[in-house]
Amino acid sequence: MLQTADDWRPTASLDALKLRATLLTRIRAYFGGQGVLEVDTPVLSSAGATDPAIHSFTTTYHGPVPGAGNGSELKLYLHTSPEFPMKRLLAAGSGSIYQLCKVFRDGESGGSHNPEFTLLEWYRTGFDHFDLMDDVQRLLRTVLDGTRSVEPVDHWTYRDLFLEVTGMDPFTAAVKDMQAVLQGHGLHDPVGLTPDDRDAWLDVVMTHVIEPRLGPGLVFIRDYPASQAALARLRPGQPAVAARFEVYLGGMELANGYHELTDAAELQRRFEKDSTRRDAQGSEAVAMDQKLLAALASELPDCAGVALGIERLLMIASQSASIEDVIAFPLARA
Amino acid sequence: MASYNTNEFRGGLKIMIDGDPCSIIENEFVKPGKGQAFNRVKIRNLKTGRVIERTYKSGESVEAADVMDTDLQFLYSDGEFWHFMDTETYDQHAADATAVGDAVKWLKEQDTCEITLWNGTPLVVTPPNFVILTVTDTDPGVRGDTSGGGGKPATLETGAVVRVPLFIEIGDALKIDTRTGEYVARARD
Repeated sequence: MLQTADDWRPTASLDALKLRATLLTRIRAYFGGQGVLEVDTPVLSSAGATDPAIHSFTTTYHGPVPGAGNGSELKLYLHTSPEFPMKRLLAAGSGSIYQLCKVFRDGESGGSHNPEFTLLEWYRTGFDHFDLMDDVQRLLRTVLDGTRSVEPVDHWTYRDLFLEVTGMDPFTAAVKDMQAVLQGHGLHDPVGLTPDDRDAWLDVVMTHVIEPRLGPGLVFIRDYPASQAALARLRPGQPAVAARFEVYLGGMELANGYHELTDAAELQRRFEKDSTRRDAQGSEAVAMDQKLLAALASELPDCAGVALGIERLLMIASQSASIEDVIAFPLARA
Repeated sequence: MASYNTNEFRGGLKIMIDGDPCSIIENEFVKPGKGQAFNRVKIRNLKTGRVIERTYKSGESVEAADVMDTDLQFLYSDGEFWHFMDTETYDQHAADATAVGDAVKWLKEQDTCEITLWNGTPLVVTPPNFVILTVTDTDPGVRGDTSGGGGKPATLETGAVVRVPLFIEIGDALKIDTRTGEYVARARD
């Protein structure tokens, strides 16, 4: 890496660092006021994220492992989100919980990505994703007070948003229809994308055509295709949709939430599907989290959960163009 | 054949697109939290100068363009080609009118230019930021008027026409900023 005389300095201004401290204080105050418990789960886990689009860092522990004899070596994953252990706490009867922690994702660095970033993740028992979207809105109003407006607030279904912006129904469109939409916006087909990866083509339309037109306010998008459900439950219908939502502010993706899947057998199937896709794309196999499966088999209470990127929130609050403006020491200076 | 992975994308990297050598101007990493990662790049086609946009699925490999920038001395023009020489190796390169482009207005024999070579052939000629050129034609000078107010056109030895102060006369050597095409000062001998 190129070294310069200024490499030791933070890339964020002192004002940005103060804003970070202020927002974190406000977030804790918000949840404290709501009776949501702050928790702490391991950064290092024996199981990793199976999501085919997310790549975990791994490390190896050398030494005694309780219950496993001496001299053991243990492969450990740095968490990409605290989702799995937080759900185990929920299954153990914690009630509503939140966590502020650093998470780690390999391969992600750019204007709005850093491989290590801060996630605010919270779960509310008895909430569905509609209740949780309201909660996100209340939290953002409180936390961003005096920095930036969240108005106007818009709600869209994934389907209606695509229809409105592109005239294309994302549930029935073929890849060639998506190519036509891209062409209509002066965009070429992405290099390396194959026609069988339909969701990736939808991602291109979303990121290249729709996101730039979302406007300055808070936008909630819900009812994602079942193929993009991740760990959200499905809502029956024609077609069935995922009870999943994304939150955008100022046109930037800020948070992703679910009315949580609580069915252990369905979770097992999704893990297996992820693992088949990882295999097909040549990604490393990831150990399924058996403890999460066991927790769901025991009983995960009806709940909704969401993860929100704190650096993105800071970028929005401070109107920064780059994530480097809100992190003291991003990858290039870490 | 040399190639680059999208992870290596950065401003200035030279890659091949549709058979043409291009230079990356801007590289943006795009990734939905739950979706496919892409590199969205702004690129200048070095043959046409046009700026285009492309998106690559992250992790793809792209053919590298054999493009290098080198300093060469301008020797002469034969009307069809502009001939340049590497003053260390004495290698000569002939640039056509497309490669020379607007630089033709500022090319003076023995000046050193930056030449972008693609597979050894000049693709782009960039003149020095500042050149000294002699005035070959302009209205008579107004002596003593150094106010800088007003101005008049002056034709230079290369044929370029620039706006100069009123006191400039035929035969004066002028320092010109080639990036703006503006007069900077009279050159002192």
